[in-house]
Amino acid sequence: MSANEPAAGGASVVIVGGGVTGLSAGFWLAEAGVDVLVLEKGLVGWEASGRNGGGCSHHQSPLFVEEQRLWPIMDELLGYPTEFRPDRIRISFDEKQLTLYTRAVLNARRQGFEVDELDARQVRELVPLAGDNVYAGHYYRFGGHANPHRTVQGYAWAIRDRGGRVMQHTAVTGFRQQGGRVIAVETSNGTFGCDQVVIAAGPQTAWLAGMLGVDIPMRVSRAEMIVTEPLPLMAVGGVDGNGLYGRQTMRGNLAYGGGPHEWLETEKLERGERPATPLMQNIARRLAELLPKAAHARIIRSWAGLIENTPDGRPVIDRVPHLENLTVATLSGVGFGLSPATGHAIQQLVTDGTCSFADLSTLRLSRFRDLEPDWVELQGWLPVGADRDGGAKAGH
Amino acid sequence: MTQAHASGSIAGKKLDIAGHAELLVVGAGKAGLAAAIEAARNGLQVTLVDENPVAFETMGESVPQLYGQRMTGAVRNRNAMMEAMLRASPEIETALELGVDVRLGAACWGLYLNTGNLGWLEKPVAGLADDTEGTMLISFDHAIVATGRRDMGLAFPGWDQPGVMGATAAATLSRLYGALDGRRAVVLGTTAEALLAALELADAGIEIACVVEQADAPVAPAALVARLQERDIDIRFGEVVRAVETDADGVRGVELSVGPVICDLVVLGIGAVPMIDLIASAGARLVFDDRCGGFVPVLDAAMTTSFPNVKAVGDCAGIWPEKSIDPEIAAAEGRHAAASLAGKAARAWAPPAGASYDLGAYRKDWVRSSVVEAAGEPYVCQCEEVSAREILEVTPPRYLGWRAKANQPRSLSDILGGGPPEPDQIKRLTRAGMGPCQGRRCREQVQALLALQENLPLDAIPLAGYRAPVRPLPLKAAIPATEDPAITALWDSWLGIPRQWVPFWDVEDTYTVASLATEKDYVSE
Repeated sequence: MSANEPAAGGASVVIVGGGVTGLSAGFWLAEAGVDVLVLEKGLVGWEASGRNGGGCSHHQSPLFVEEQRLWPIMDELLGYPTEFRPDRIRISFDEKQLTLYTRAVLNARRQGFEVDELDARQVRELVPLAGDNVYAGHYYRFGGHANPHRTVQGYAWAIRDRGGRVMQHTAVTGFRQQGGRVIAVETSNGTFGCDQVVIAAGPQTAWLAGMLGVDIPMRVSRAEMIVTEPLPLMAVGGVDGNGLYGRQTMRGNLAYGGGPHEWLETEKLERGERPATPLMQNIARRLAELLPKAAHARIIRSWAGLIENTPDGRPVIDRVPHLENLTVATLSGVGFGLSPATGHAIQQLVTDGTCSFADLSTLRLSRFRDLEPDWVELQGWLPVGADRDGGAKAGH
Repeated sequence: MTQAHASGSIAGKKLDIAGHAELLVVGAGKAGLAAAIEAARNGLQVTLVDENPVAFETMGESVPQLYGQRMTGAVRNRNAMMEAMLRASPEIETALELGVDVRLGAACWGLYLNTGNLGWLEKPVAGLADDTEGTMLISFDHAIVATGRRDMGLAFPGWDQPGVMGATAAATLSRLYGALDGRRAVVLGTTAEALLAALELADAGIEIACVVEQADAPVAPAALVARLQERDIDIRFGEVVRAVETDADGVRGVELSVGPVICDLVVLGIGAVPMIDLIASAGARLVFDDRCGGFVPVLDAAMTTSFPNVKAVGDCAGIWPEKSIDPEIAAAEGRHAAASLAGKAARAWAPPAGASYDLGAYRKDWVRSSVVEAAGEPYVCQCEEVSAREILEVTPPRYLGWRAKANQPRSLSDILGGGPPEPDQIKRLTRAGMGPCQGRRCREQVQALLALQENLPLDAIPLAGYRAPVRPLPLKAAIPATEDPAITALWDSWLGIPRQWVPFWDVEDTYTVASLATEKDYVSE
């Protein structure tokens, strides 16, 4: 097969990126009976999509209501387990944290979701691993957590069950355009003709879209998490606070992250190392404060992931004006939890041109039309070493 | 609030560093000690750490070796174990005399160096943990990793019982600690390392009931096999352990096809595996090399890894029969690596030209005959209780109580969608390898299972990743003694991007950095 000729396996919709957003879009398209092909350079959900905190409560988003509607029924929709567990308890350890966390609560309540205020005693009754240091808490009667890797694999299998295709180890290298349309996607495994293209490639989204003349401002950062050995299951796994996000998994492990991050250069196509750092210790400190009765639990892993961020940290889900059949999506670090709703929205953008259940106007790319050219520097998002000598790279 | 969160970058923040070593040597076996001594003689300031003596409780968790609960109570006496180590390794005394900072009972759980996607560390650092001193970070200019080996696990019915242990663990308990609790052993495998363990245990007064080999010929060099024959130790070919007989103390005997054999130790010697966890978790380049015992770091002639300031020596750099037979080879590697730091290396290091046996086929054959063909589906992953069938069918863990709707037999690559099976993917879906032993007991078995299932050579299966901490570390022990106030000040549960969590109804039509001048309450995720 010549790489210049369309492969036999073109599709009505080609999705570039087998992360959680692309897979969910593929699922919803396949569910709608559309002939869909998802192209993934490595393995499905292999990057941040499959190794994050698993949280499902994004009160800030126009997709929040749909996110909340869908999570409790995702196992049934997909036909595969996601390990979704509902509800969330957020613990504050001082007045300052309580003030901060209360703002999120007010935004959720305004959209019709219930949150109970808990005093320290109530927190300790609900959270057996909590200790005497609790100041107050909130009980979210919505949200919850799922297992990221199990969920992304579930999306991939569900696509196949509906006649769609997911091609792994297939890196996109270019696009073919004609008359204001993308007519084919070029890959390491041949060229695939298409009627519609969705780019949802996480940190790779900007340079892929750049090949089509679409400028998506974004920068990549590294975030880290730790996991302990399993502990007896608490009634509510979604316990966080104290500057941490995360959960007790259904297996019983405590999986938490948070804290400072590092701005990085985006690697193109590479599947480079994702080393964690000694920040593991600072996360451990906060987790031992959050759940003092788990302080004996042993950390058995830590890891890091690369996350793409737009300048305001908000997703872009948009159709591109100058190409009539291109949809772009970058979730800016909140892709996993919102994925059921995001995929649904992308499906509607592709098939109907508009989203029927949410107003996506705040997620348009055009909001960055006046963005300062030197926004990266202005926001302090330059990688280490960009303003330092080579000494910063000691050891390499 | 806005300004405080404007740039939550870790750049320029300080870690709690408790000390510095010009050269950090991890592992005080033959290679590590020789490296430390050579480097100290060349004028370097050297810190040498070794996790031995390992705490009794840690050994009970099969960390870092498969001790099979067969350590005597003497292991509880830390001082006695320190003294035993000093007796077993007189070079420690030499190192101390040369001013090496020797820290016994100190495990190195992480090496952190700037690399492709990590750039903020001011210096390379190592994480150390010690029962008495707690956890600390030390920085270093150079590191020589000499973390040795561990034993490939092998499932059979009853392999989770006390008494089933690794050959390295048995030899370590016997030689280094003088604290191996056993009288009669059955040794599995005819690798050089298995036969050397058999000879060493016999020398220590443990009766070797027999050596069991699934193949019809030994894989160790003939001279070593001859030494066994001189001691009248039988090798039973074409055999695997079909079951073990147990009592309250664990193994009392094993069942072979020819009948029962009485023993209280079953010693796994089917594969000595380079202990690359520390090097791998740092992000060094690795390669599967059947001349070297499996996955090893890619090394140059000076034994330097893909990190210019990290070298690997001894068994973690590669295991082959001659090296296992003659400890002087590992020591020479240590001296060579240290000498090269001083620009004095005399010759180029290289592994042997060829493999002495087909290691991939041998490990796959053991896993087929012992694990796949076992009665009663023994757990391959003991921590998470996952059997070979569950691994190969990519069954969700049983705590989910999940039943697939259609039970169509599909190949692994079909289930996972093309390309060779990826152990990390299998791991996350089945949980095999996700437990507190950090995959030490099942990693190589899963590799062999996937290769068997897809009819691939062993080296076609990627390595299941290692992650720091490479020793389980209690949360309370991991807490840093101090935290940079700048880290405390900028800590946020997510990235601290000012407008990220502002509700959608409060978002402006356009975004500019200048718009941040308008104060809004900072909202968290």
